[in-house]
Amino acid sequence: MSKTEKKLVIFSDLDVEKALKNALQKSRPDIIGEVRDSGLKGRGGAGFPTAVKWNLAAAAQGERKFVICNADEGEPGTFKDRVLLTDYADQLIAGMVLAAYAIGSKDGIIYLRAEYTYLRKDLEATIEKMRGKKMLGKRILGKDGFEFDVHIHMGSGAYICGEETALIESLEGHRGEPRNRPPFPVTVGYLGCPTSVNNVETFITALHIVEKGAKWFKTFGTEKSTGSKLFSVSGDCEKPGVYELPMGITIKKLLETVGGEDAKAVQVGGASGTCVPRKDFDRAIAYEDVSTGGSIIVFGQQRDMLQVAINFMEFFCEESCGQCTPCRLGTETLLEGLDLLDEGKCSLKHLRELCSLGETMQLSSKCGLGQSAPNAFLSIVENFKSEIFDTRCSCR
Amino acid sequence: MPNKDKSTKFGSDRAPASSVVASVEVAKNEKDLGAMVAVSIDGNEIKVPFGTTILDAAKKLNIKIPTLCHHEDLKVAGVCRVCVVEVEGQRTLQAACAYPITSPMTIKTYSSKVRKARRHNLDLMLKHHVGECYSCFRNNNCELQSLAKEYGVDFYRFGHDTEPHHEIDRSSYSVVRDMNKCIQCRRCVRTCIDLQEVGVLEAVNRGPDLDIATFADMPLGEVVCINCGQCINRCPTGALRANDPSDEIWAAIEDPSKHVVIQTAPSPRAAIGECFGLPAGTSVTRELNTAMRRCGFDKVFDTNFTADLTIMEEATELLIRLKKALVDKEQVAFPQFTSCSPGWVKYLEHFYPEYIDCLSSCKSPQQMFGSIIKTWYAETAGIHPKDIVTVALMPCSAKKFECNRPEMQDSGYKDVDYGLTSRELAQMIQEAGLDLPNLPHSDFDDPIGEATGAGLIFGATGGVMEAALRTAVEIVTGVKTEKIFENLDIIPVRGFEGVKYMEIKVPAAGPVPPILSKALGGLKDFSFLKGATLKVAVAHGTANAKKIMEDIKAGGKFSECHFIEFMACPGGCLGGGGQPIPTSPEIREARTRAIYAEEKTLYSRKSHENPTIDRIYKEFLNDGPCGHKSHKLLHTHYIKRGNKIV
Repeated sequence: MSKTEKKLVIFSDLDVEKALKNALQKSRPDIIGEVRDSGLKGRGGAGFPTAVKWNLAAAAQGERKFVICNADEGEPGTFKDRVLLTDYADQLIAGMVLAAYAIGSKDGIIYLRAEYTYLRKDLEATIEKMRGKKMLGKRILGKDGFEFDVHIHMGSGAYICGEETALIESLEGHRGEPRNRPPFPVTVGYLGCPTSVNNVETFITALHIVEKGAKWFKTFGTEKSTGSKLFSVSGDCEKPGVYELPMGITIKKLLETVGGEDAKAVQVGGASGTCVPRKDFDRAIAYEDVSTGGSIIVFGQQRDMLQVAINFMEFFCEESCGQCTPCRLGTETLLEGLDLLDEGKCSLKHLRELCSLGETMQLSSKCGLGQSAPNAFLSIVENFKSEIFDTRCSCR
Repeated sequence: MPNKDKSTKFGSDRAPASSVVASVEVAKNEKDLGAMVAVSIDGNEIKVPFGTTILDAAKKLNIKIPTLCHHEDLKVAGVCRVCVVEVEGQRTLQAACAYPITSPMTIKTYSSKVRKARRHNLDLMLKHHVGECYSCFRNNNCELQSLAKEYGVDFYRFGHDTEPHHEIDRSSYSVVRDMNKCIQCRRCVRTCIDLQEVGVLEAVNRGPDLDIATFADMPLGEVVCINCGQCINRCPTGALRANDPSDEIWAAIEDPSKHVVIQTAPSPRAAIGECFGLPAGTSVTRELNTAMRRCGFDKVFDTNFTADLTIMEEATELLIRLKKALVDKEQVAFPQFTSCSPGWVKYLEHFYPEYIDCLSSCKSPQQMFGSIIKTWYAETAGIHPKDIVTVALMPCSAKKFECNRPEMQDSGYKDVDYGLTSRELAQMIQEAGLDLPNLPHSDFDDPIGEATGAGLIFGATGGVMEAALRTAVEIVTGVKTEKIFENLDIIPVRGFEGVKYMEIKVPAAGPVPPILSKALGGLKDFSFLKGATLKVAVAHGTANAKKIMEDIKAGGKFSECHFIEFMACPGGCLGGGGQPIPTSPEIREARTRAIYAEEKTLYSRKSHENPTIDRIYKEFLNDGPCGHKSHKLLHTHYIKRGNKIV
């Protein structure tokens, strides 16, 4: 696993205790204001402005409020949170304390991916250490009237539980299925209380921002996608690993960095993201262009793109929670279509019908999973239609 | 973590929060600042209270948005995605049933995007919906079929299974599950978990493998199902139905050696007309009598007679319990629970077996009827009981289970041979080519066709309590009940409030009537009750029953009650699992109105004034209510089932 030489935001030096102490000197609105000025957007992939979320949670009425860290990193090709949980757990927890202070919460939960069970012991040791240093518990770092603590809740291996409302359902002991929204978790969340659910990287980034300033943060990235971001790079490249790169970097530049210049296509954003063909490598990785939670999968020239699409669609069939019709049966229908394509038996008419179904899934599914499940299908069919048909069907 | 907070805040602690925390609270006072929000739906402007769903707002404008997983009685799911609409400024379509209006918005309910999405979602649901409409009992009364027609489905865009992928589960006496027709809308799950709080059905597996299943996929007959059939009434397709005995009944009717007798419960007559296009709340008692005769039933009797008999037995049982506790100072189980509803009985057996002694030992009217038919009636009519087939027309699917309970053969034969639902009889009437609404009127047959209004109101929630009070109050006080309750209407126990509670002060003590003197061990009068306060309660729907039971467990106010009426189904029997589909609060209210209106026309409204009751105690049951013979024929015992399935 390699890191970039240049330290941008996340990997830049930080004295956690000092940063937290400084933050607690500030007023709550000032903290949210700093995060707002930085333009930080959720690093899990959806890109919702973090300050807006915190502000809503802060303003919401509730006897209790919760800060939840979404450490259910499950997007295929994503592993950057694992690095953070392993090496930067103290920053994560301090980031949660910061959020708790900003919204007025006493209870924090880390929802940890089942596959990361091996990290639990170390995380708990870190939590214990931070309690010892008075960074958790009552009167945090001497701040009167501010208490906050964190516990870990294990996931059970469902991709859908990375969706914040499904995560909350799972926390409450129910089937991990997304809720209807609105109301959003910031007003009605865990146990019906206002809840802010943020990604691991978001908490850490916010801590850096509050310590070093929004202005500093904005020296990285683009106007609409400020700062830097971690990328989990895998696939057909020489140097796979976790990279911190400025937002707005072009795919071409990224491929140069990781030694994947020869790629045929890049899947940006994991299974639920988009497949970008070589002709579009000038596009930027940013919320305003190709958005990602950090997953970058490089496909070399030898890859069969139809197999790639089948692989992703099988993933969604497996991971759809099954509650809403378009996702439950749409994923299955698209997969059947891909199999037909593979056998050279899918007519163009039927393929058009399937693409139209993909649009319906994007529009009418209940949550982000179903809405993004057809993305890979649609982008691969659009960009590699001739490859798919030329290699499989003689009877176009 | 305080999971208990949740149970108080959101109701059921078994309900998945997804369906509980699904809505924004609707503004109550329209005059409050910000309480009303302006919306435009398809170009029509309206102001609605903050938090109103798009679906409800559209209804106010008479704009119909199609729904499938939505049901008025159930919590919001938002899973079928048929009701999606376009909200200006939103990237995706929104489910109208689940989306609360909290800010001014412009909505399109039938744009091309919307229509395409609905059609696609219907096409997807039809993919695995196995079965032909012709061979389905829900043909012409199926929400999926209607939607397919409304949205012009003329081919199966994404394919259509022809081979069944599930075995039909016929293990239950009451409910048949054909999961080949299931479209996973989860109405049954929400009915079972949220509405009834029984929790037999749940979604299992994920994605396309999702199924609605029982615990460990056990047959329905072997899990804690209480057979209430509420899931049947709310299933949009033919995936759930009652176990239909009409073939066997037709065969018995056509067998010249069999004397086929039908007893009719009070609720079907107020609802069966719905199967013939009549509006809900149209009572067709006397047309129905004719129809049943023309179908070939040899005798048409009224279950209300044994409802009157139940009142005699159950009220006497209550007085015996009171005497034992207050006069003899013995340990007696209180409160006494009614036992007319077999769904409720099984619920108690499973979930509160430690309270079985509280259940009245009286059989339900259906089962009392069965044993009377095969003994007293057989004797007087001179027919051997082995040649009698008793059919019970019931609004209920649990009655099918009840008549098959092994202990229900006190006549020496199976007391009730078949439980038949309103829906199934409607089918038989249609098969016989009869136009029910326009048939001539006719009366019940003697001798067991004579019943009072007290028996009739058994069909509505609170009815058993009201009937019992009309008799018990008069017996205990010696004062005519109508002098205490104006027009004989005991309003506090009526209505659709989930749990009802009432206290009655006993103002006077009357003499013990001769018919009860044996049961009450020679007691001369009821002075031991004078000045006492009788506390009673009523619950309908097992979720409400659970509330009372939990209160009793905690030693709350209901533990001090003397008598509690429980009905498994929301609204009481008239909302039973054997009644015409669909059901809704309005429909149940209409049926209730029909029952109370018909009651006013009857010659008497107090069970003990029924002359045939007098006769049967004199001629047949000999030593009065709760006497030796009535104990043998009219009382039963229960099983501590528990909720552990082995």
